[in-house]
Amino acid sequence: MSVTVGIPRALLYYHYYPGWEAFFRALGAEVIVSDETTKAILDQGVRDAVDEACLPVKLYLGHLANLRDKKVDCIFAPRIVSVERKKYLCPKFLGLPEMARFCVDNLPEMLDVEINVHQKYQETHKGLLKLASRFGQPAAKAREALAAAKKAQEQYEAKLRQGYTPRDILEKRTEPAGGGNVRVAVMGHAYNLNDSYISMNLLARLREMGVDVVTSEMLRPQEIKRGTHSLQKDIFWTFGKELMGAALHLHEQGEIQGMVLVASFGCGPDSLVCEMVERVYKRAKKIPVLLLTIDEHTGEAGVVTRLEAFVDMLRWREAI
Amino acid sequence: MKVTFPHMGNMSIAIKGLLTDLGLEVVPPPPITKKTITLGVRHSPEFACFPLKINMGNFIEALDEGANTIVMAGGTGPCRFGYYAQVQREILLDLGYDFEMIVLEPPQGQLSELTDKLKELCGERSWPHIMRALHNAWRKVKAMDAIHARSLQVRPRELQKGDTTRAYEQALQLLDEARTPAATSACLRQGLELLNKVPVQHDKEVLRIGIIGEIYMVLEPFANLQMEKVLGEMGVEVDRSIYLSHWIKEHLVLSSIGLKGSKDTKKAAAPYLQHFVGGHGWESVGDTVRYARRGFDGVVHILPFTCTPEIVAQSILPTVSREQGIPLISFSLDEQSGEAGFRTRLEAFLDLLKQRKTQEKLG
Repeated sequence: MSVTVGIPRALLYYHYYPGWEAFFRALGAEVIVSDETTKAILDQGVRDAVDEACLPVKLYLGHLANLRDKKVDCIFAPRIVSVERKKYLCPKFLGLPEMARFCVDNLPEMLDVEINVHQKYQETHKGLLKLASRFGQPAAKAREALAAAKKAQEQYEAKLRQGYTPRDILEKRTEPAGGGNVRVAVMGHAYNLNDSYISMNLLARLREMGVDVVTSEMLRPQEIKRGTHSLQKDIFWTFGKELMGAALHLHEQGEIQGMVLVASFGCGPDSLVCEMVERVYKRAKKIPVLLLTIDEHTGEAGVVTRLEAFVDMLRWREAI
Repeated sequence: MKVTFPHMGNMSIAIKGLLTDLGLEVVPPPPITKKTITLGVRHSPEFACFPLKINMGNFIEALDEGANTIVMAGGTGPCRFGYYAQVQREILLDLGYDFEMIVLEPPQGQLSELTDKLKELCGERSWPHIMRALHNAWRKVKAMDAIHARSLQVRPRELQKGDTTRAYEQALQLLDEARTPAATSACLRQGLELLNKVPVQHDKEVLRIGIIGEIYMVLEPFANLQMEKVLGEMGVEVDRSIYLSHWIKEHLVLSSIGLKGSKDTKKAAAPYLQHFVGGHGWESVGDTVRYARRGFDGVVHILPFTCTPEIVAQSILPTVSREQGIPLISFSLDEQSGEAGFRTRLEAFLDLLKQRKTQEKLG
């Protein structure tokens, strides 16, 4: 029987799952994803985490517990420090393997390879090959697995740029998205926007209201880069930079009618990045912004009411 | 050019001296008060960390007093501090202030990135002149840290409550006025003498507690509700894990010439945390282990509310505390922190430590 590798359906799942899946499949492992988020999974995470941890971390811990209960052989929980030069991920990703280990009891073996493209490119490569060797495959096979991962990931990202959300692709929905009569940018971390439980189905709901949704994944890297040109200092968080670049690019292009900013309560990078974005939008007074702050206490009704009012307002503005 | 800068504990004494020695007109921000905090909180992002909010209050008050140039430090992340200056500048611009902001960033590759900024600040001064000013400032920082460390030893043993604090403040006053390295050394001697003259009970048995956490919260008494003074007057000998001089040496000097500072803390942290997480999260874990090894009675962890690196540490510290056998209490502080609740929790913690100590003696 093949080894089962558990992958939590949280945090970077929405960014990198296709690559990860291809990697482990190529090594002959069976990939098991944790269940869709439920109240029970979130509650478990809230119990395991320290009070002040952000919602996505609490949710991640809940998904780890879910995988443990599924009795997988090991869990893929990489320490992702940086995915591009001179940029980091948020500090929580840097200490994630330890947070997991000391907060959740009785976890199976954790595959906690370090991904640090900025400072340790060679070591990262070696680390991945070493990880592959644990599945009892020859070195050539490991390199093949890496190539397969890269290919799958590239295909995924290309598809995102065609206007699909991560969720659309991961659930293999193929109908073309969009076509609404108002275009709204929804800016926030993929792990918040795409988890339908904690985002209260935000993206799908907006689409049901006839809104054409744009997220930062749908933009090309050059567009994001162009967006950040006007900044005095480059943002050193990869996701913060993407959010900022996308928001500024869309603002300059003026092809959106509104923007919904989604942040989780207490998110460190977002407290600064979203502040900057809001200021730019407010100064120009052209495109309205709705800021939604979510945490484990957020009530669905309040969010829906605000969304509806916001979309109504955008339609009235268009009509005038 | 009327230059100002943010407060952080005693740092203002050294910075004010340095900028004055460089021939600049300095407008230090008024001492931090409730008003500073109110102003800062009103004009900062709600979920920004407390140090950013206090900085904002300092800047607004200093600009209102006529400053027109702000000197601020930067960083390369992943801690939020590295992006403070950019956000603060935008907020102050929206508030209608007219000012220049000079951000001193750790050099990313070329040292000239930093020296150019320094030159911009110092104008026509010669390098030897600048080096002399820096030298005196460095002396002052070290002297202040030495006096501070001594005060922490004297305070729990003082016979008359408040004597140590008075002597300490007098000593800082002396240093504030020292204009040359020689004068600084003389003031250091005088300051230590002042503290040594405080009447104390030598054989008093005191608890020993280490303070760990985020640097600003540890160094700025207004932000940490005078933690060290409160503990000292409750009869606790406090040891601080972070000093400004230490920080300058490790993070500014050694790291910019490619050397890594002391590895002890990181080595001690290794069984619990194997990677830096920004800010002082790594150090918080390592220092707790070291305090346990040094036989301290307890550890107090201070962090600004929503500080991600310290939240990582907070997730790990309960295990460290249990496995290393050292009690630990965490205080997450911001503008909402009430003094009464804080004192009660501290007192309860000290009771626990005392009990533990008595039991150890009996057992």
